[in-house]
Amino acid sequence: MNFDFNDDQRAIKRTAHDFLTARYPAATVRALAGDDRGFTDEQWNELAELGWTGLVVPEAEGGLGLGAVELVVIQEELGYALAPTPFFSSVAATLLLVAAGTEAQRERWLGPLASGEARGTIALWDEHGAWSPDQSEVEASGDTLTATKIAVADAAAADVLIVAAADGRHYLVEAADPGVRIEPERSLDPTRKLFKVALDGVAADSLALEPARIAHAYQTIVTALAAEIVGVAQHAMEMAVSYAGDRKQFDRPIGAYQAVSHRCSQMLLEVEGARSLAYWAGWALDHEPDAAARAASMAKAYASDAGFRVTASAMQVHGGIGFTWEHDLHFFLKRAEANAHAFGDARWHRDRVAELSGV
Amino acid sequence: MDLTLSPSELAFRDELRAWLLANHPGREPVGDEAAFAFRRDWQRQLHAAGWAGVSWPTKYGGRGATLIEQAIYNEEVVRAKAPQAANVLGLAMGGPTVIAHGTEEQRRRYLQPILSAEEIWCQGFSEPDSGSDLASVKTRATRHGDEWVVTGQKVWTTFAHHAKWCMLVARTDSDAPKHKGLSYFLMDMDQEAVQVRPLVQITGEAEFNELFIEEARIPHENIIGGEGNGWAVAITTLMHERATLAFGLQVSAQIALNELIEKARSTRANGQPASEDPVIRQRLAQLLIEAEVLRLNAYRGLTAIMRDGVPGPEGSLGKWHWSEVSQSLTELAMEIAGPRAMLAEDEWTYRFLRARANSIEGGTTEILKNIVAERVLGLPRMR
Ligand SMILES: Cc1cc2nc3c(=O)[nH]c(=O)nc-3n(C[C@H](O)[C@H](O)[C@H](O)COP(=O)(O)OP(=O)(O)OC[C@H]3O[C@@H](n4cnc5c(N)ncnc54)[C@H](O)[C@@H]3O)c2cc1C
Repeated sequence: MNFDFNDDQRAIKRTAHDFLTARYPAATVRALAGDDRGFTDEQWNELAELGWTGLVVPEAEGGLGLGAVELVVIQEELGYALAPTPFFSSVAATLLLVAAGTEAQRERWLGPLASGEARGTIALWDEHGAWSPDQSEVEASGDTLTATKIAVADAAAADVLIVAAADGRHYLVEAADPGVRIEPERSLDPTRKLFKVALDGVAADSLALEPARIAHAYQTIVTALAAEIVGVAQHAMEMAVSYAGDRKQFDRPIGAYQAVSHRCSQMLLEVEGARSLAYWAGWALDHEPDAAARAASMAKAYASDAGFRVTASAMQVHGGIGFTWEHDLHFFLKRAEANAHAFGDARWHRDRVAELSGV
Repeated sequence: MDLTLSPSELAFRDELRAWLLANHPGREPVGDEAAFAFRRDWQRQLHAAGWAGVSWPTKYGGRGATLIEQAIYNEEVVRAKAPQAANVLGLAMGGPTVIAHGTEEQRRRYLQPILSAEEIWCQGFSEPDSGSDLASVKTRATRHGDEWVVTGQKVWTTFAHHAKWCMLVARTDSDAPKHKGLSYFLMDMDQEAVQVRPLVQITGEAEFNELFIEEARIPHENIIGGEGNGWAVAITTLMHERATLAFGLQVSAQIALNELIEKARSTRANGQPASEDPVIRQRLAQLLIEAEVLRLNAYRGLTAIMRDGVPGPEGSLGKWHWSEVSQSLTELAMEIAGPRAMLAEDEWTYRFLRARANSIEGGTTEILKNIVAERVLGLPRMR
């Protein structure tokens, strides 16, 4: 029984932390948030050179073949740095292809996705759809697909779209297909670009119907997202604690007032709770698959609430300055809140937990 | 990262599990005296089989168990719904304090009878005017030759009515700054000068007491950790109170939660099982998640202790978080009971009431938040 990362994982964490904090200082995050594309080729190539784009791809297919724990480690650091990058979207699509891609799909796409030459994303939410991430009503007719998907992350940067459809089906669509129209949407979180994707009779290439493997991929995705929220919340908490120690009112640091200090203690409780669950879920995905569905939903439900609460509470500690565009906190709040709703919100995942626990 | 038990830890667990299964003495009788006698017998049985004080060194009658084994022990005992040992305060707090700060002679004198439940311990810290602000205690001890003469009042003293020894924090130097003038005594409760009066709790039972101390005598050799060093010794006791119990507590929360789920399934509310009400489902799920956090944080805390020798930040959050989980759980039970919540008809009524103490006993939630803010986050002190 040991909660510590092994040496390799620790090395990944250190590299990720140092690299990301150096590459994504606040000014860079801010500039990318205001930029339509939201990342540069140079930044992308650096992530690819670190091997991260191939993290979840088996070695035989051109990747590193690492596990969910390593992904959790990197995602936490990406969240801490608030890095704007299509990395997570591409890894999410890659996870689905690794889980259920046909032989031809794997051969065509896994190599380029692993090397970073290509990028992917998942088109999940129907335009007039339900709140549940698994309730798409999209159906293919023959081997073509006509549908509109909303809030598709990083679609403009993607070469390949994995489109969720009814009955747990998924289709691979190439972004270059003339029937694909991608329009930017205004997103709550400017560090992750969202798009509306209209598909008009595009060639739809079905992934294999492998419900268990696809479920495992989605569990990995939500665990990775929960880990990202942990990083976001950790950073916001550090900002609040540091501000509470510096800022003086009524002749003493505001952190000496319990209304402020107890808020900060509460942040720690929630950040550490979210972290424990995300690490556990990552471990379960790699080593105890039977526990993974429940662990992943627990991690995502808890992190979704904690991410918003901690960043909002950090804003309260900052007073008026925290509400300004000029201050960085709002980027943290927005990323946490947007992540809370991606791939199933707290309510949906709690319902899963209830079901999986025999309630 | 490896969240499984090693073969030797599994063997430890299986051996204990089998022993508990074979030796479980059944349901505890009702009534303070009967329940106490039952718990004392149970502890004797534990001790005879080597299952009392598992983490203590073998030379003092313990098992020399590792931290993980100790955690497993606490989990398994709760999971088996084994009775409480009679001497909980001696086992969880008194013994570890003597091991940490006592002389070799004191260890030889006190540890064995704690394990066998021959001598029950209680904790005389709180006073009417000194609760959270423990360092302000007024109970005075004055030296007369080889003896100390003690006068004062203690309150909320759990199990004082069964106890032979009291861990007593008293002021031995009123000129010194308040944290420096304290000493930690072991006071013999068997003397006329110590009067114990039961205090009835909101549950109707009387676990705790008032102590009226009027010129009680304590031999000088009964000071633990040296004269004037009482604060440091008392902190050791409190750390053990908050940390050692964490594992048992998190499992008892899990078990209570499973019982609550059963209750939700079997209670009909508005024509359907309460467990199908979406709001109840959400709250049950949230509690399942929080209980999981308690378990994981407890283990992460152990990993930190094994790595750094001191508890990590996660550890100090446990007692506070547990009290919240324990309280919300019983509040939800009342909600599930619906109108029957007005009746005191099952043990949930007791649990609901007893849980109110969870955020007060062993350090209030406010004090624990202060500790987290100042010691873990490094925020400025209040004063
Ligand atoms: C069931 C039970 C069993 C107990 N058993 C024992 C025992 O065996 N031995 C023993 O010695 N004691 C025991 N206690 C006493 C317990 O440790 C005290 O009740 C506790 O430390 C609080 O002290 P108090 O009751 O004097 O409340 P106070 O300290 O007066 O606190 C009252 C309120 O003020 C708040 N407060 C106080 N100071 C601060 C501050 N600095 N910042 C913010 N808020 C503050 C508290 O959080 C609380 O809400 C027991 C208590 C209970 C309920």
